[in-house]
Amino acid sequence: MSAVLRRLLRKAGFWLSVAIIVSPAILVFLWMLSLSLKNEIDNLAYPPVLIPNPPTFVNFVQVFEQNSIGRYLWNSIVVSGGATMLALLIGVPAGFGIARLGARRLVILILIARMTPALSFLIPLFAVFQFLRLNNTLTALVITHLVITVPIIVYFMAGYFETLPRELEEAALIDGASVWKTFLYVALPLARPGIVVGTILAFIFSWNNFVFGAVLAGRETRTLPVAVYNVLTFEQLAWGPLAAAAIIVTLPVLLLTIVIQKEIVVGLTHGGVKGG
Amino acid sequence: MSTAATPPARGAAFLARRRRNYFLFIAPALVVVGAVIIFPWLYTIWMSAFDWTIGSTAHYVGLGNYEKIFTSRRFGEAVLHTFYFTALAVIAPLVIGTWAAMVFHREFPFRGVLRGVFIMPMMATPVAVALVWTMMFHPQQGVLNYLLSLVGLPPSLWVYSPTLVIPSLVLVEVWHWTPLVMLIVLGGLAALPTEPYESARLDGATEWQLFRYITLPLVAPFILVAAVIRTIDALKAFDTIYVITGGGPGTASETINLFLYLQAFSFYNIGTASAVVVVFFVIVLAMALLLLYVREKTKWT
Repeated sequence: MSAVLRRLLRKAGFWLSVAIIVSPAILVFLWMLSLSLKNEIDNLAYPPVLIPNPPTFVNFVQVFEQNSIGRYLWNSIVVSGGATMLALLIGVPAGFGIARLGARRLVILILIARMTPALSFLIPLFAVFQFLRLNNTLTALVITHLVITVPIIVYFMAGYFETLPRELEEAALIDGASVWKTFLYVALPLARPGIVVGTILAFIFSWNNFVFGAVLAGRETRTLPVAVYNVLTFEQLAWGPLAAAAIIVTLPVLLLTIVIQKEIVVGLTHGGVKGG
Repeated sequence: MSTAATPPARGAAFLARRRRNYFLFIAPALVVVGAVIIFPWLYTIWMSAFDWTIGSTAHYVGLGNYEKIFTSRRFGEAVLHTFYFTALAVIAPLVIGTWAAMVFHREFPFRGVLRGVFIMPMMATPVAVALVWTMMFHPQQGVLNYLLSLVGLPPSLWVYSPTLVIPSLVLVEVWHWTPLVMLIVLGGLAALPTEPYESARLDGATEWQLFRYITLPLVAPFILVAAVIRTIDALKAFDTIYVITGGGPGTASETINLFLYLQAFSFYNIGTASAVVVVFFVIVLAMALLLLYVREKTKWT
């Protein structure tokens, strides 16, 4: 009898741990959603109104109507998309080369880059862009975001190519295919799942970046996180639109996270990947 | 560099040619890394020897900028704030993250979904999250003080109090980055052997003893890796601090990174800011090496 009771207690204790661990994440995201769906009176009420009744989309409408959110969204897509594409173009072959040469030492360079505060890249790049008259342009932002995307792609792809079997490539080489053709027609198709995950990770960390845009972007070239910080906190202090804007910024990222949840668990387990 | 494994019958010329070909794959990335990563490093070291404000001409001052920051009281305080913030923002996620990893290592219903929810904060846009926390910290209308009142605790000033501002910011950092620690430790747990547990159970060990004397020593290397990564990231923390407090109230939460930002992009003192970057990088590197040294040492005992 007491053995059964003990087992039950232990089970309850375990589920209590699960609840304690998961609830902060759930509560903050739910609170974000709640703030975005309430009118301003409910948002400033004390004690706080927890469940919007009735939920209103007026905050979202206001964010889209009163700000050029569409433009900032487009800027973010251009910057993160551009920087990710360029990083794929140069980073996937580099990952392949590093894996096949066994040149892990080059990876150390990338880890040191990861240790460097993002601001330290910004000061020289700011000066150079000033000289080239590129400040306040999307081009400058795309170039700067390569600091985030290239290391992620190279690091992730080098690891991925190392796990691929090499027999097929060897066979192609023996049949007279060039290294380039072997890469293009043998290794690359096999690496497709890895490329998808690497692309999403690079895109997410580029999308989330704030400080590069905060320094280098002009009024018209702000990325979404910068716009949300600048426009909304200084020009309108209402909580509802602020929370709605926060959701607009982070929702694409959270959806992508759900898509590659399993791969993130495997890919980030080794901890090397993370921009910023 | 180790040589790529090739059938031994091949000639040395063939191997050399192949290595050259593979190197061509890396070359474009090396050019980009050189331009956007290595060039900025060298340029920063060079600029740290000049007194240069954007818009004026630069004067060579040698180590003058370093002298200036080392005698600056504000910089000294920024260093202390950074270490205080880092200590808290490393230890708390390590403890909670290890606990979470132990939980997620077990099989239970909805494990995949709950793990997905748990890692979401790590991927969320820091600025967006910081804005929500700013509203939650609000002393009058914030939901956190309401939660405190529910359990009978007095309201807190959170980030509006000079003494509580850093612990409050750490709370956000813990929420944000504990999942990364969890993932790294979870990777370590997955690689554990099962035999020691079986024999220890036969000897009548309790769950706590299993954790304390078998699991913890075996995953310690992974916890240390997490500690290194966390230390680097906590030293570099910027977005959330900048958005929530901007270094305030006063300069109570001004870390090295915030100090650096103000020097560079509010006062445009590029020379001083470059010197701060160099000092900052030395600190980050020293902390990382220290932790790796500890790791090497613990391997032998």
